[in-house]
Amino acid sequence: MTVLTPHQTATGQPQPARRRRKPLGTRAYKVFRVAALVAVVLFLIAPLAWMLMASFKTNVDIYDTAKSIIFTPTGENYANVLQRNNYFVFIFNSFWVAFVSTALSLVLGVPAAYAMSRFTMHRSALVVLMARVIPGVSLLVPWYYVFSNLKMVGGFEVLILSHMFVALPLIVYIMMSYFDSLPLELEESAQVDGLTPIGAFRRITLPLSVAGMATAGILSFIFSWNNFMFALVLSGSKTKTLPVAIFDFVSYASIDWGGLMAAATVVTIPIMIIALFTQKYIVSGMTAGATKG
Amino acid sequence: MSVTTSPRSAARNPSRAPGARDKFSDWANVHRKWLFAAPAMAFVGVLIVFPLAWTLYLSLTDSQGSVRAATEFIGLENYLTVLSDVERFWPAVGRTMTFTGIALVCEVVLGMGIALLLWRPFRGEKWVRVAILLPLVATPVAVGMMWRLIFDPNIGFVNQLLGMVGIPAQPWLSGQDTALGTTIFMDVWQWTPMVVLILLAGLTSLSDEPDEAARMDGANSFQRFFYITLPLMMPTVIVAILLRGIDALKTFDILYATKGKGGGSFHEVETLNVYAYGLSFDYNQYGLSSAVLILFFMIIIGTMWLLTMRKKAVSK
Repeated sequence: MTVLTPHQTATGQPQPARRRRKPLGTRAYKVFRVAALVAVVLFLIAPLAWMLMASFKTNVDIYDTAKSIIFTPTGENYANVLQRNNYFVFIFNSFWVAFVSTALSLVLGVPAAYAMSRFTMHRSALVVLMARVIPGVSLLVPWYYVFSNLKMVGGFEVLILSHMFVALPLIVYIMMSYFDSLPLELEESAQVDGLTPIGAFRRITLPLSVAGMATAGILSFIFSWNNFMFALVLSGSKTKTLPVAIFDFVSYASIDWGGLMAAATVVTIPIMIIALFTQKYIVSGMTAGATKG
Repeated sequence: MSVTTSPRSAARNPSRAPGARDKFSDWANVHRKWLFAAPAMAFVGVLIVFPLAWTLYLSLTDSQGSVRAATEFIGLENYLTVLSDVERFWPAVGRTMTFTGIALVCEVVLGMGIALLLWRPFRGEKWVRVAILLPLVATPVAVGMMWRLIFDPNIGFVNQLLGMVGIPAQPWLSGQDTALGTTIFMDVWQWTPMVVLILLAGLTSLSDEPDEAARMDGANSFQRFFYITLPLMMPTVIVAILLRGIDALKTFDILYATKGKGGGSFHEVETLNVYAYGLSFDYNQYGLSSAVLILFFMIIIGTMWLLTMRKKAVSK
């Protein structure tokens, strides 16, 4: 090993730790901590692993409790789901709706968050955040009526609009707390140098906010991808998104467990891969505004 | 920097006739506050205010079947019907409160425990963080389907596991008494990670000094947690409860995915949101469902208001 931990010297001899403070307790605590962490990880991961395993089993194997862990994997469920049930169409629909609604919400939401942060428009912010609080069902009846009169139900536009309704408050909320944390001085000195306020926003603030926008965009994409209720009512056969497609899977008489688990995995895996690569952003988005008193 | 083309300089030298573009840009700069904020607010406003007003109107009519059908104004009758409905409405209120209350308590207690475990750095931290992230981003409907298999009375993993230690198989989701508890468990699995992330952010932003001082004074870890860390963390805990509570009250996806219409054949998991959705889209009782929704909305606003007051009191 050439990498040295902070507590080792070049001779490899462990040195008395030069810690700033004593560790949180005794050896017993350390053992407890490791055991507890392992338990937490198992609790969170085991169900997902079970779903993944079942998606590679035949239905006969799923019913055979002797083959819980050891079984011969088969890709049949995935072949069924992807080919026979047209999942590529649903994957595209989900992606397209999430992508467009996120992009449009960023265009509307980022300037709004900026204005609300810089001019401390708390009451206006409350109006937008109201969208997060209101139960979706109370909006769906009027929406459904209006949009079906406009012959829009079953089209992408209405789905995108409804998902923007989820995305926009999220983006405004995250971006407001991001802009709140950006120092004003940068914009002020840019204005002293001759930029207009909007120019300063475009050339100084926006480029500095890429991380914030990435956070807001990724979270909004995930929320839209996962959204079920709006799509359940407003999507048609051509615009069905993945969560609705999985839900339809069980309305048949007997459940094809292998296929269902393959479908569930197909929905979950893309979002998890995105999450793994953008972990930092997701964490900062989920905790945005939580710690400022 | 091309100062000469800047509209700002035009504004500074009124002697020079500004072009139309400059005029617009000056106007835009002066009115940027509303120019920036108005589109988003208009979007949300149109999509909320109009439907909410309509819901309020529908709740005062006997609208059913089709929204287009002629309706009669019946005043507060729907509210009276709903409020005196002890078969569906009040049990649904009870389930909503039970679901939210128990889920929140479990999530905050577990979340705090896990956040404390993660607080100080350790080897393998990266992997634990990944494990925490995964349930959080998983699609709720897919999660519901996953649990349906795991909690299946005959082939589910949970009963297999219990069988190994000699505990008889439980009905879980298909039991009239166990279904709600099982869905609460699912909610705890999926959303405790969010509470962990929020509380961890709070813990990390705490100053070390009070804790250090208490240690110098000989306080043990329990005393330090309950008398130092927890009081300092209270505002963050309330933010976590507020954020999670709003979503928990409105839980729909996993309930509908696991138990379907009406929250199961005995309405075992029928919360207010599931009830209102069923009234609207399975039974087309728009008048009644609107009354339920208005009451539900008032419950949510009331809960939020209480928590916000509490947070203000704690922050002082």
